[in-house]
Amino acid sequence: MIPAPFEYHRPDSVEAAVKLLSDFGEDARVVAGGHSLIPMMKLRMTDFGHLIDLQAIDALKGIRIDGRRITIGAMTTQHEIIHHAGLATAAPILAEAAGQIADPQVRYMGTLGGNVANGDPGNDMPGVMQCLDATFHLNGPGGSRVVKARDFYEAAYFTARAEDEILTAVSFDTPAGGQAYVKQKRKIGDYATAAAAVVIARSGGRCTAASIAMTNLADTPVWCEEAGAALAGTDLSAAAIEAAVGAMDRAIDPQSDNRGPAEFKRHAAAVVLRRAIAAAAARA
Amino acid sequence: MNDMTPPKDERAVALKGLGASRKRVEDVRFTQGKGNYVDDLKLPGMLFGDFVRSPYAHARIKSINSEKAKALPGVVAVLTAADLAPLNLHWMPTLAGDVQMVLADGKVLFQGQEVAFVVANDRYVAADAVELVEVEYEELPVVVDPFKAQAPDAPVLREDLAGKTSGAHGPRRHHNHIFTWEQGDRDATEKVLSSADVVAEEMVYYHRTHPCPLETCGCVASMDKVNGKLTVHGTFQAPHAVRTVASLISGIAEHNIRIISPDIGGGFGNKVGVYPGYICAIVASIVTGKPVKWIEDRMENLMATAFARDYWMKGRISATKDGRITGLSCHVTADHGAFDACADPTKFPAGFFNICTGSYDIPVAHLAVDGVYTNKAPGGVAYRCSFRVTEAAYFIERMIEVLAIKLGMDAAELRTKNFIRKDQFPYQSALGWEYDSGDYHTAWDKALKAVDYAGLRREQADRIADFKAGKTRKLLGIGLTHFTEIVGAGPVKNCDILGLGMFDSCEIRIHPTGSAIARLGTISQGQGHATTFAQILASEIGLPADDITVEEGDTDTAPYGLGTYGSRSTPVAGAATAMAGRKIRAKAQMIAAYLLEVHDDDVEWDIDRFVVKGAPERFKTMKEIAFAAYNQAIPGLEPGLEAVSYYDPPNMTYPFGAYICVMEIDVDTGEHKVRQFYALDDCGTRINPMIIEGQVHGGATEGYAIAMGQEIAYDEIGNVKTGTLMDFFLPTAWETPHYTTDFTVTPSPHHPIGAKGVGESPNVGSVPAFSNAVHDAFRAFGLTQSHMPHDHWRIWKVAHDLGLHG
Ligand SMILES: Cc1cc2nc3c(=O)[nH]c(=O)nc-3n(C[C@H](O)[C@H](O)[C@H](O)COP(=O)(O)OP(=O)(O)OC[C@H]3O[C@@H](n4cnc5c(N)ncnc54)[C@H](O)[C@@H]3O)c2cc1C
Repeated sequence: MIPAPFEYHRPDSVEAAVKLLSDFGEDARVVAGGHSLIPMMKLRMTDFGHLIDLQAIDALKGIRIDGRRITIGAMTTQHEIIHHAGLATAAPILAEAAGQIADPQVRYMGTLGGNVANGDPGNDMPGVMQCLDATFHLNGPGGSRVVKARDFYEAAYFTARAEDEILTAVSFDTPAGGQAYVKQKRKIGDYATAAAAVVIARSGGRCTAASIAMTNLADTPVWCEEAGAALAGTDLSAAAIEAAVGAMDRAIDPQSDNRGPAEFKRHAAAVVLRRAIAAAAARA
Repeated sequence: MNDMTPPKDERAVALKGLGASRKRVEDVRFTQGKGNYVDDLKLPGMLFGDFVRSPYAHARIKSINSEKAKALPGVVAVLTAADLAPLNLHWMPTLAGDVQMVLADGKVLFQGQEVAFVVANDRYVAADAVELVEVEYEELPVVVDPFKAQAPDAPVLREDLAGKTSGAHGPRRHHNHIFTWEQGDRDATEKVLSSADVVAEEMVYYHRTHPCPLETCGCVASMDKVNGKLTVHGTFQAPHAVRTVASLISGIAEHNIRIISPDIGGGFGNKVGVYPGYICAIVASIVTGKPVKWIEDRMENLMATAFARDYWMKGRISATKDGRITGLSCHVTADHGAFDACADPTKFPAGFFNICTGSYDIPVAHLAVDGVYTNKAPGGVAYRCSFRVTEAAYFIERMIEVLAIKLGMDAAELRTKNFIRKDQFPYQSALGWEYDSGDYHTAWDKALKAVDYAGLRREQADRIADFKAGKTRKLLGIGLTHFTEIVGAGPVKNCDILGLGMFDSCEIRIHPTGSAIARLGTISQGQGHATTFAQILASEIGLPADDITVEEGDTDTAPYGLGTYGSRSTPVAGAATAMAGRKIRAKAQMIAAYLLEVHDDDVEWDIDRFVVKGAPERFKTMKEIAFAAYNQAIPGLEPGLEAVSYYDPPNMTYPFGAYICVMEIDVDTGEHKVRQFYALDDCGTRINPMIIEGQVHGGATEGYAIAMGQEIAYDEIGNVKTGTLMDFFLPTAWETPHYTTDFTVTPSPHHPIGAKGVGESPNVGSVPAFSNAVHDAFRAFGLTQSHMPHDHWRIWKVAHDLGLHG
């Protein structure tokens, strides 16, 4: 459990960090909270010469709420998200999801940016971000650009972020409607067996719009447009919900592992989705 | 002399002796981070060792090239089997009469096996060098299933045993077979089973798991070339046994070896065995003349050090129509991994598994255990239980449930009907034990009443009706267990490990001012010996527990003993402590009589003093006697006040208990919630109720982990699938159930203070209680048996297979 040797860098601006990234190329990685990266280094499952610590870059921290637009700096910790008063009313699903990540120790260190940039299908925030249709802000040698969360994930650990880019922030609109993140896990500190992020907007008893994303049920998060569409315009009858669950089931591709066989995960996915729909609808 | 003498009860309380919930004296340093563990030790010039381990479960080693590793600055040496062979240390004896490779000799037999030992002047350099050692492997077919291992054409795992048709425990009938151990009367049992009214048959699997102590294993070996003395600080549960074995293996005279167990961060059986790391660190220190530290990491601990359980137990139990048990048969296929490294007393290759008749009066029984080699890590230690007792308790408590189902009878009633009655003790069991004492009916009735058993069954019936009516998706399980432990190994006449008799010892020195030090042959790993042994002594010799230091773990100072595991410390070393205390008191009596100018027989003991019979105002306190012992010339008596006792127990002790678990189960997700857990323990005389409660909480939590999720799982090619704490379940405060503890007191008739030991009861008793709760929840839907661990997907599968998902 001892990593291979590496050089440690601690830049204090995004520009300096990007410069280091482009100087060292593939031989460099940024570290945020370190709670995904450092275990991989200790297991020697990843090995590079230069570690670029983002902790000293103040510009990457903080939560800003501008009218309906919410922007969260990449280096904002999960702990900060859980305890942010503004977010609690503007987008309560964030604290609900963050509170189900790992344990308090991990949440003090782990960042939103690290969680979404990591590309591990087990991470909870990518699904939430897809559900909210968030935008990821990237900064590289060629300047800054944005990528939609729904377009960001390509395969496990493969994302639209270029090697020399840093994720600086995520932004999204205050979700309209009720929100819920329901996660089944084996224990505290575990990734999801299955989890569902749901936003449901209602008007006069009818569902006007719905967004559904699933965690750890494929090699990327699964935003399931068809499942959301199955609910929109309905009164959330049992048949509508089952249609959404059916659409979700077709979109996911769970693999057997220590959490159980794929067949079980499909079942669990359906259960958490039904529960998340019920919770979101009740909050709408 | 003194008319201000406080009343008896006040003086007794001041001693904090037997029965006092005295706070643990150890906790002051532990809770302040001031403990002193092996890895805290830093010796001048110390080097660090690290292992190259096998990625394969079965492979031939074609070559090992350590040139690149040796070229790395800071690397001092790279040891392989070839380096150890000239010293004859490339293999070592196991505690079970087998031999085990220290470093891979020609082949590897399990994933994580030690292949080479890198020694460097820096821990980080050692880790880098491990990556540079090039090992060429040729993969061989892997066997992880103990049944397939016995097929005629199964791969030969242990080539070193070729042609050996018998081993340490008798004949071997196959190249992967280790031993067969039989107890009881086969013919009589078969006769009863073949003519019984009812026979229930079931395969009960107790899966492979791991003790996973908070602190992993490690040592610092230090050979002083000037005085020829080898000192090894290590995580040893049995320091004296390690010294003797180290002397026998290395040829170093025993007086030139000093073994020190400092604070140990939990053991649970994992730190009983001898590991290659110890041998390699010692050899490396001898070779380099410098201290060498070896500390394994968590993954190494889980993958390569001693596992526990892995017993396939095929049972048949017979009864009359009205539920009177008539016979029991059990055949165990025991998966021992690549080497037989169980830590059982020599004559018991399956430990005390023959306690598997449990708390029941079963007239005839038969047991056969077959030990088998597979491509898994060696071990088979008693993970917080006496030798294989948790397996035995799980087996019988499952068989009782299975029989109850077959009989259509309430499982609590079936137990009541078959308990050994109070008047039957001492009770001779069909598989060879003499139970010392028990009162099972009283404990059982108390437990059933405490949880309102009848009320729970009514609630369960309502729940089932609601479930069937579609009103709920949660089922209610009531898990019952009445366990009988067998601890305190043990009588030297039938208990030894590698020929070392399993007595234990205590040596006491009273200081002139009336305080004392007691040293024992055991070693605490969290049990709180420094607290409880001082209490035993306080009651025996009348000095306050707070004035008594208890010291263990240094073989240069402690008297010889066999260490701490199998709940043996209180039954054996605790008895030695009481006996040594009595020797002190006997001498103190003579001193007191002399000082009081009366005959020895004219004084009597009174809590903390000797008083003249009939004249209680004339007395000498123990404190006064201690001073006189050193400073007053007493005719016919040597100065000083010391005693030593080596205690060879006449029998084991048999703690027991009644545990009841009430569990809610979500049929759709397989999730569960323990709603209530009631644990009644009878461990005989209670030395420190608070420590007992703590032990029960800890042991039951380990039991919870084992039953509900914890396992060492392998895939078909022998890869460990649960090698980190992400997958190996250790409950946090969040998962841990709430426990209600209770007790009855049935003292052991043969133990000096009547104590039986409690450290392991909760693991033994809770595993079947949790598991039976899961089974019980599904009993109404037709479930008889499903294997642990009952994690989400396995519970889901049970529900699914029973058609409960529509
Ligand atoms: C015991 C344990 C349990 C856990 N359980 C969960 C869980 O249930 N759910 C969950 O979602 N997560 C879980 N995690 C992971 C945890 O939430 C991590 O903290 C998180 O995934 C990554 O955030 P980080 O800040 O620690 O990132 P790091 O580990 O520092 O980085 C992760 C990856 O992202 C890259 N990266 C980080 N920041 C940036 C950036 N700004 N721009 C570009 N690349 C970047 C890094 O180079 C690295 O490749 C668990 C972790 C542990 C140790």
